[in-house]
Amino acid sequence: MEVGRLPISASQRSKLIAAGYTTLSSFSSLSPSHLARDLKISDNEAAEIMRVASHSHRLDGSAGGCGTVNGAQTAWDMLHEEEMFPRITTSCEDLDNILGGGINCKEVTEIGGVPGIGKTQLGIQLAINVQIPVDYGGLGGKAIYIDTEGSFMVERALQIAEACIEDMSECGGLLRKDFQACQLKMHPNNILENIFYFRVCSYTEQIALINYLDKFISEHKDVKIVIVDSVTFHFRQDFDDMALRTRLLSGMALKLMKLAKDFSLAVVLLNQVTTKYIDGSFQLTLALGDSWSHSCTNRVILYWNGNERYAYIDKSPSLRSASAPYSVTSKGIRNSASNCKRIKMM
Amino acid sequence: MWRESKCEREREKMANKQISQMGLPKSIANVFAARNVFTAKALSLMELRVQNEHLAGHLPTHMKGLDEALCGGIPFGVLTELVGPAGIGKTQFCLKLSLLASLPAIYGGLDGHVMYIDVESKFSSRRLIEIGVKSFPEIFQRKEMAQEMAGRIHVLQPASLSEFTESLQQIKVSLLQNQVKLLVIDSMAALVTGEFEHGAPRQNTLGWHVSFIKSLAEFSRIPVVVTNQVRSQSRDETCHYFFQVQSWNETIEDRTRHDSHLVAALGINWAHAVTIRLVLEAKSGQRFIKVAKSPISPPLAFPFNITSSGILLLSDDGIELTGPDINAIHCQGHNDIINFGGESLQ
Repeated sequence: MEVGRLPISASQRSKLIAAGYTTLSSFSSLSPSHLARDLKISDNEAAEIMRVASHSHRLDGSAGGCGTVNGAQTAWDMLHEEEMFPRITTSCEDLDNILGGGINCKEVTEIGGVPGIGKTQLGIQLAINVQIPVDYGGLGGKAIYIDTEGSFMVERALQIAEACIEDMSECGGLLRKDFQACQLKMHPNNILENIFYFRVCSYTEQIALINYLDKFISEHKDVKIVIVDSVTFHFRQDFDDMALRTRLLSGMALKLMKLAKDFSLAVVLLNQVTTKYIDGSFQLTLALGDSWSHSCTNRVILYWNGNERYAYIDKSPSLRSASAPYSVTSKGIRNSASNCKRIKMM
Repeated sequence: MWRESKCEREREKMANKQISQMGLPKSIANVFAARNVFTAKALSLMELRVQNEHLAGHLPTHMKGLDEALCGGIPFGVLTELVGPAGIGKTQFCLKLSLLASLPAIYGGLDGHVMYIDVESKFSSRRLIEIGVKSFPEIFQRKEMAQEMAGRIHVLQPASLSEFTESLQQIKVSLLQNQVKLLVIDSMAALVTGEFEHGAPRQNTLGWHVSFIKSLAEFSRIPVVVTNQVRSQSRDETCHYFFQVQSWNETIEDRTRHDSHLVAALGINWAHAVTIRLVLEAKSGQRFIKVAKSPISPPLAFPFNITSSGILLLSDDGIELTGPDINAIHCQGHNDIINFGGESLQ
């Protein structure tokens, strides 16, 4: 049974989720003082939560009937779980709209495009936006940035972090929230400190690192997004055995999907493009081949449309195909400057 | 596999230092040290660079507008590409940069050695000295200064791809001895033309070299500048995805545009691999240098001329180009520039 259905206050619920407890079973065996320490609340409050939890569990015991298979979850429970996690905004309203609010946790999203379209920019923006505090509608989490190409530039991350804080203070002013308390926490240096940066230089390191992430994230439970920039690079240079490549890639994809599900975080994979000869002409497609294209839950393609940058939802189980314009500014990813912001539905 | 050469041990020491700072459990730390994985927090990356590196990791080009756009100059640790038609000024740019890197720190240089890999035998020491004398008359007044500066620039002229590969390995060793501060490869495209490599060129001939050069740049934190050639765009090459519908009129327009369009050589794989791409082109008889791909810069174009002291920007406020035109390489009125007397080189 999950935390979303407990009759407790919203702040208590968000504290439970932020500490990594999404189901009843994850904390029901703890002592109240342990829970109090983890959530930073008083012992009495923790004991109250546990009492409410065990009470609800007893009431709900019959709901699991129908000889449930161990480990299965009903669709209703899954829906509630999905609603518990806010999506990670991209700072561009149009882009967020076609993504259903932003990048979703518990899913693997692949984003690909030609060089210079803004993939790394989007990656850095997401690494910073995941840190937006819960009070401002964000996740208040940390980010892991796996850099395979060396395209992560710290100066740019600092620039985007400063712009994000500026935007939040404007927002806070409008909503008359207590920004003072927030300001102490949200300094650009703190934002940079919450980005765990890994640099891998070969495909073996890339695979080793993804295997290691399991352990790393269980020690850093507040990581809410893993960005790999780019997942393609080491698999395109000098790989002779294509069958091996396909096996390695699918193994990696499965591990990443498991990570996303087990720890309820978002996985964003940035991909490159290649040309393919289809129907008598060369067309652009995302790299790594056809079997890889099945591996990700969602697929977004960034492309040039005239003089503007657009994003297109190529594949998603829950979102419809749509394009939206966005722009890359000195502050990061933002809405496109053009006046007519039409979202083309296909 | 462990190779007990000195440079490997040095790298191990460097990697171990980073890993130990992370506070990982010993068993994991050893595994990572064996694999040489660098990991850090984005904040500590920035602090390290600001403290230890020249201008927080940039080599100023002495072209004010370009330096501002690039947050200080050519960045350390990443690949910067210069691409443009023949005779536009790529080698001139490289000569100037080599000089700047060899200058002592008080004159804004890196006070180090330069490895210049001259594939097409275009390096001119006479021109190098001329640039030095005209740009820094006070330094080059004394003859021994010219000798010392020129003595720091090591020119390699590999006769085949395998010689080039060997040179790279040797460069790795001297990089670890901390003397080389800049690596220039002029030009990368020439390495894969028919005359240079015996036999038919493979699809991904340079795959290994690209990864190697990138990791060289990163581990030794030096700027690496590579020049690239251009080729004409064939009719078959569209740059569209399957979901982009093209009207018949557009197709006709595209065809006429393609006849005068040039594209960078080495393909889209290479375009993804470089971090910064500077396009040099000629439009209506005026040369421009454009920041076509850069994670830290807006898309700006600067008009320039070649003078006796190197490259001179005609305006430090670049023209901002929106849209994919920043990537286009024009060659209009270029022949006039080459034959024009203008600034004669004495």
